[in-house]
Amino acid sequence: MNTGVIVFPGSNCDRDVAVALARAAGRPPVMVWHKETALPPLDLIVVPGGFSFGDYLRAGAIAAHSPVIRAVKDRAATGVPVLGICNGFQVLTECGLLPGVLMRNRDLRFICRDVDLRVDNAAWRFTAGYREGQVVRMPIAHNEGNYFADDATLDRLEGEGQVLFRYCTAEGVVNDAGNPNGSQRNIAGIINASRTVLGMMPHPERVADPDLGGTDGIAFFAGLMTALQ
Amino acid sequence: MTQITPALIAEHGLSEDEYARILAMLGRPPSLTELGVFSVMWSEHCSYKSSKRWLKLLPTKAPWVLCGPGENAGVIDIGDGQAIIFKMESHNHPSFIEPYQGAATGVGGILRDVFTMGARPIANLNALRFGAADHPKTRHLLAGVVAGIGGYGNCVGVPTVGGECGFDAGYNTNILVNAMTVGLADAGRIFYSAAAGPGSPIVYVGSKTGRDGIHGATMASAEFSEEAEAKRPTVQIGDPFTEKLLIEACLELMATDAIVAIQDMGAAGLTSSSFEMAAKGKVGIALDLDRVPTRETGMTAYEIMLSESQERMLMVLKPEREALARAIFEKWDLDFAVIGTITDGDRYVARYQGSVVIDLPVAPLASAAPEYDRPQAPLPAPAVIPAAAIAPAHDPLAALQQLMGSPDLASRRWIWEQYDHMVMADTVQRPGGDAAVVRVHGTAKGVALACDCTPRYCEAEPVTGGRQAVAETWRNLTAVGARPLAITNCLNFGNPEKPEIMAQFAGCLTGMRDACEALAFPVVSGNVSLYNETNGVAIPPTPTIGGVGLIEDLAHTASLALKAAGQALILIGGQEGPGWLGQSLYARQIAGLNDGAPPPVDLAHERRSGDFVRALIQEGRVATCHDIADGGLLVAVAEMALAGNMGLSLTLEGIAEANRHAWLFGEDQGRYVIACPATEAAAVIALSQRAGVAACVIGRTGGSELTLEGLGAISLAGLRDVHEGWMPGLMAAPATEA
Repeated sequence: MNTGVIVFPGSNCDRDVAVALARAAGRPPVMVWHKETALPPLDLIVVPGGFSFGDYLRAGAIAAHSPVIRAVKDRAATGVPVLGICNGFQVLTECGLLPGVLMRNRDLRFICRDVDLRVDNAAWRFTAGYREGQVVRMPIAHNEGNYFADDATLDRLEGEGQVLFRYCTAEGVVNDAGNPNGSQRNIAGIINASRTVLGMMPHPERVADPDLGGTDGIAFFAGLMTALQ
Repeated sequence: MTQITPALIAEHGLSEDEYARILAMLGRPPSLTELGVFSVMWSEHCSYKSSKRWLKLLPTKAPWVLCGPGENAGVIDIGDGQAIIFKMESHNHPSFIEPYQGAATGVGGILRDVFTMGARPIANLNALRFGAADHPKTRHLLAGVVAGIGGYGNCVGVPTVGGECGFDAGYNTNILVNAMTVGLADAGRIFYSAAAGPGSPIVYVGSKTGRDGIHGATMASAEFSEEAEAKRPTVQIGDPFTEKLLIEACLELMATDAIVAIQDMGAAGLTSSSFEMAAKGKVGIALDLDRVPTRETGMTAYEIMLSESQERMLMVLKPEREALARAIFEKWDLDFAVIGTITDGDRYVARYQGSVVIDLPVAPLASAAPEYDRPQAPLPAPAVIPAAAIAPAHDPLAALQQLMGSPDLASRRWIWEQYDHMVMADTVQRPGGDAAVVRVHGTAKGVALACDCTPRYCEAEPVTGGRQAVAETWRNLTAVGARPLAITNCLNFGNPEKPEIMAQFAGCLTGMRDACEALAFPVVSGNVSLYNETNGVAIPPTPTIGGVGLIEDLAHTASLALKAAGQALILIGGQEGPGWLGQSLYARQIAGLNDGAPPPVDLAHERRSGDFVRALIQEGRVATCHDIADGGLLVAVAEMALAGNMGLSLTLEGIAEANRHAWLFGEDQGRYVIACPATEAAAVIALSQRAGVAACVIGRTGGSELTLEGLGAISLAGLRDVHEGWMPGLMAAPATEA
């Protein structure tokens, strides 16, 4: 299994996801610098969390125009799976691989805490480690995680089963009380129409080690690796 | 050339005596740029002129100390060829003027102090003090400071894992923002600041120089008045993205052999960094200020030398490695400019636009810095107030509820949820416990980190307060099972030219010395922040302590959360008498009594009970432990219950009704509560007797309520609402007129 992690200036979860990938895949990922214009052969491309280019213009906006993203889009077009976590999700929406946009959190504050997520669709490889309806716990850590798209897009995402994760209460109820950042329809993670690109705000790599207060990320990466084989 | 007038000298914060010293040294009047150099180098902030003689009291050595005070940060050995580098620094004045940028650049500055020495920063902490919760400025300052700390730390990708926050009217117009960074390095690859090698290039890297922050160090060395806000232009602007690049580029360069010396440009910018490198290395410097990257046109030499623009570093490189270093910084899109060379001799010469603007001797400027033994006024000794003189609580559970929702004890979740405390994926114990625990990446070791100070104790009796601040830090590290290794500190006080303030300073330092010696807990770095006064009113003395401890095996640690029902709760450390209520939160909040002596700190007892508890944790007998601090025993067990979402019941057997409040709310020092399986309790008590430590079973875990046997119960859900609700309620309330 060849995995690769894209590294922008300002990425800061690159090492964290590399550790989780190495553990799940049995070998470390290739770290790809943002100035690269070509990618090595990869079975999975990960766009990690952080503050690419300081997020100074708009989260993910500058990274979306970096040379490596052109190569990522080309590779995605051939069906290579792409996973964007947190800032990675923001980059994937900014570069057009995923619909919608991540706006500032409802309360206009950065939020770092564990949240409960309902796995809405376990039929795809990205959620192969879970069962449908399962409630999993992962941390979020973001200032701009408030997912927004127009109603037609949201209806389509829901109708096509492209919503994989929704914020929910500990009991699995999807409601306002379980929504930490104001996301439309409690959306925490979506895939594209061809089911090859996943963007999610929560951080599975932060709960992929029993020492770190959670293990729900282990099943995420293990399931993904199995599904990709 | 600008005429140096008495008014100009005073504006630069220099006394007549100090100016006379300059004239004697140079044999001529200084140029304006030189006057600026003296102004910052001899400022309290850079020269420690009032505090130096007292700082010498502090023990700084231990077998595990690799580098004590005097460098950018302290360095301790954690075994396996690894070192922890850490320091705390204040950014009080700027944060009051402009809370977001003041706090953000405080974080940026302390991060640089640590990675300058070769460490990758692995954790940030902060100790904050604000005015009264209902003061019109408090919410604005709290919101801005927290957002600024988060905005910077989150972006650079270093987890903010802990700290403390207090509210007191004594900080209404002088808030405290003390930031601490902890880094991990190879013990054999520590980088120092002493320049060497005449002919070696002096290299400037990082952001360009602008006009921001000119005279920040001088501002930090003067009292405030109503015009403080007019000083906003002296507050720097932070750029955490550039800092992140600077960290990566410096660490990449540090993996080579290119660096001779390195120093960050912090307070007093280029002036302080270059003089310190030259003075430490006993060499001269020739600078060409025309080559300093600037972001504004028309800057004067004075402005270039005194700018406190952020995210800049100064390095001396081996000449043959210049090209390699340049390539690394270009890869990270950072400025890289050779701005001078190291010279033989002792002259500091800077040229700008064709003329010499500075020509000063290096050593005299550093060694002739004034040092004062400022007079002290004896402080009145506070009376010891017996528990019987403080009104008992008719309903202790109602008092508990009130305390848990008070500004002193309410949950700080609103703060730490704005900090990314998990990035780097090594945070083993998150904020909210006695100490944060961060794993040493790729190992089974961890470091425990905590910040502490109890200003009301320091104000009542400085020696005891100084002891207690160190002892409580040591206790918090012990409570998670760590071996406390060393401390850093931020000494926040008022105007040292006032004898009563100087007496507070000397008293706190004496107390800190006592505790550091008794607990083998040396000081390896620190910072002094004086002149925290507005219109002549000083802050409470606040010597903030930041401690680091080592956990050899993360399989054997403890946290405060109760973990299972049916366990025995054991009080370790006992107390003499019924319980010490003087200066307790109970006395303040419930009985309305603010005077009296604070609880004494018996350091031998502290060490005995701490060593005993740590051994229980390291042997795997105990996984639940909490120290008893603010609020006393009942608050401590309530915090354990809330953290574990597990009820408990306390027995009051043998406690006379008249003493009940003292037993439940006394703040006697050197105590812990542990929980262990009921079947193990007898063994723990037997061990305690052998260790000469008082221990007794005080209750049992279980249920969903906190019960005082014979008195009633309170639901955890209700307690949690009060405890968690206070700060969000404060911050969500409608705005008041500021």
